[in-house]
Amino acid sequence: MSAPGALRDRYPQVWRKYTPGQSAVKWAWYAGVVFVAVWSVRNLDIPWIYFLDADEQFMDLARRMFPPDWTYTDAVLNPLIETIHIATLGTIVTFFIAFPVAFLAARNTTPNVAAWLFGKFILVSTRSINTIVWALIFVAIFGPGPVAGIWAIAFRSIGFVAKLIAEAIEEIDNGPVEAIEATGASRLQVLLMGVLPQVLPVVYGTVVYRWDINIRESTVLGFVGAGGIGIELYSSINQFAWSQVSLMLALIMVVVVISEFVSATVRSRIT
Amino acid sequence: MLAISELTKTYDTGTAALRNVSITVDEPQVVAIIGPSGAGKSTLIRCINRLVEPTSGSVELNGENLTKLGSRDLRRARRHIGMIFQEYNLVERLTVMENILSGRLGYVSFWRAFRRNYPPADVAAAFSLLERVGLEGYHNTRADSLSGGQRQRVGIARALIQSPDLLLVDEPTASLDPKTSRQVMRILVELAREQKTPTLINIHDVQLAKTFATRVIGMQEGRIVFDGKPGQLTEKVLTDIYGEEDWSTEAAPVTAAAS
Repeated sequence: MSAPGALRDRYPQVWRKYTPGQSAVKWAWYAGVVFVAVWSVRNLDIPWIYFLDADEQFMDLARRMFPPDWTYTDAVLNPLIETIHIATLGTIVTFFIAFPVAFLAARNTTPNVAAWLFGKFILVSTRSINTIVWALIFVAIFGPGPVAGIWAIAFRSIGFVAKLIAEAIEEIDNGPVEAIEATGASRLQVLLMGVLPQVLPVVYGTVVYRWDINIRESTVLGFVGAGGIGIELYSSINQFAWSQVSLMLALIMVVVVISEFVSATVRSRIT
Repeated sequence: MLAISELTKTYDTGTAALRNVSITVDEPQVVAIIGPSGAGKSTLIRCINRLVEPTSGSVELNGENLTKLGSRDLRRARRHIGMIFQEYNLVERLTVMENILSGRLGYVSFWRAFRRNYPPADVAAAFSLLERVGLEGYHNTRADSLSGGQRQRVGIARALIQSPDLLLVDEPTASLDPKTSRQVMRILVELAREQKTPTLINIHDVQLAKTFATRVIGMQEGRIVFDGKPGQLTEKVLTDIYGEEDWSTEAAPVTAAAS
């Protein structure tokens, strides 16, 4: 070994991850975030006066909600089942539209640039509009009721499902695809035997996951008249019938927990 | 049978992978193509069935110029060209049977393939090939649960069920251990001889090439630098193909670096 002093002479003893300049930039970003937050609050004109008795209001509401009006269960059971049907049918419609759209929107399976742009347009446009807005549009077209709800759910979901499937298609291993092409298979057969088996787990997983999301989304469709338990929920809120509201919230929670459990189980079983 | 003339491939990146390559195979023989990595062996094989588009030159198989074919005719021509890959390229989530029958896709409709309803003759041929490659009983096994050697046997069966007029084989043993490599090569060469199928094999392993091929082509930087019998592969020829190296099998042991 060298003499103890030698290392100190030969190598620097100070090391910093950031240069002073980099540190300054970092702190400037933090200050920027704080500035945006402060600016937003000032701009929103929040009526701070309501905060003074918020705790009393909250306790009052909790007392009115408890206990839930269990006798009302019979009246909301059918709307609740209708909610689940809207979510399920909406998801099935989604699958049949999103599946072909995904192949258009994936760069490696799209037939040409025009088809790809069309696919991408569907992905972006259906996802950028909220379910409630779609519901308003479809209530105008089909009139109030579950049919409008089904289409609203489907249209909001198409972009989500197709986007995830398209990303899975773009990430497949190209080797098997090449091998199927080399046998003289047609384009459609290459998709069927080379591409589809590789993305099938994602297809199943995404559809079941979206069904689970759709059950939650379909509970508020009734607010704009598109069927399901939302209609009852909205009218109970308007009548200040809080014990009915709390009953419906409890029932919705049970259904959501069950659907989440089903979706998680299905997704973990897919190999 | 197969006549490749003045085949050239320049990739978009500017790399000249093939420079005026001409090869004629006019009898059902096993041709090993050897050469260093980047010599253009893979490109050559892929230009024949046009998984890679050649830049110029022609490839004639049984009198038909493959380089001129439109996409429909190319698919028809590909039905008669079997291909075997280094990474096997099986569809992992499908069964062995589905993978082998994929070799018949060029002859069945989309809906028959969708319903996995292949003609009885194809199914019988698949079972017979499965037995030939030593995988009887594995037809319902998923490809992703097979070992490397087993996967390559499925790859061989998938190519041979096409009853090809030409077999293209790209580094069949590069991912396998030495014993499995020899077994796979033996099965491959036996079946090719039996079906009288001319076969082009890209291979890194000079020893395997010498053992199993009847003709050896050496490539370097996109050109053919040797074409002859395996017995003619002398040290001088190997140096021409691969560059300077000690080719004796008993190389001097590498001694530990002086400390």
